Amino acid sequence: MEQGEQLPVQTFRVTRADLVRYAGASGDFNPIHWSERTARAVGLPGVIAHGMYTMALAGRAVAGWAGAADAVLDLGVRFTRPVPVPDDDTGTEVEVSAVVTGVSDGRAELELTATCQGQKVLGQARAVVRTG
Amino acid sequence: MPLNRAYVGRQLPPTPPYLVGREKIREFAAAIGADDPAHHDPAAARALGYPDVVAPPTFPVVPAGAASVQLRTDPELGLDYSRVVHGDQRFGYTRPVVAGDELVSTVTVEEITERGGHEFITTRVDLTTAAGEPVVTVWNKLVVRGEGR
Repeated sequence: MEQGEQLPVQTFRVTRADLVRYAGASGDFNPIHWSERTARAVGLPGVIAHGMYTMALAGRAVAGWAGAADAVLDLGVRFTRPVPVPDDDTGTEVEVSAVVTGVSDGRAELELTATCQGQKVLGQARAVVRTG
Repeated sequence: MPLNRAYVGRQLPPTPPYLVGREKIREFAAAIGADDPAHHDPAAARALGYPDVVAPPTFPVVPAGAASVQLRTDPELGLDYSRVVHGDQRFGYTRPVVAGDELVSTVTVEEITERGGHEFITTRVDLTTAAGEPVVTVWNKLVVRGEGR
């Protein structure tokens, strides 16, 4: 990784089935992530992805760019917009890209961008990875 | 009801150890589509120098979240969960979490602030080994939406 390098976009498909599976694996059973009725009752457009699921996808992207499952030293995000997931077979897509903002001492700092339907869903998203 | 400012700086007693299971790491990795062999195959993890499979970077939300339940549901804190939105999240690693780790969580309320009619509470969870060696620190900021917003 080199300073200023733009890392290739990684695209992740998200379906309702993914959210159910994530709920079970993470223990986060908040019904806004699986019940249309509950999500609408609290003013959401419909079922939304767990913020932590979106962050996990960002983590996958970062590990993928770094080329190692154990490379992530720091990962931080702000959840700026929900990721609505329609009740169909195709769901939606989250795109994650990054630029390398610093390289030193076997570490690289990345500034991440995550979007869904062209809208930013994560803000102030940064990672530090081990490069050596 | 506003958040109780007296909780700023408060630290909960360390939790009993959370035993990180190999199958739990595999289940979590599969749920997020992380198919790197180091998350699934102990031999692949050992080749990287770890005793067992390595957890994905956001996995510590599982033990940290469990450790925070006591705080979040403490009526004295005054957190109305029906108004809560996840604001920020961060993981700062000393080393990756691996299967077999017994992680003790210590929850600290770092900050409670107010802006634009909303309240913000930041908690830090320090996950260490039973011997107290640091593994990962997890920061979580929740937004409590103001009335009528």
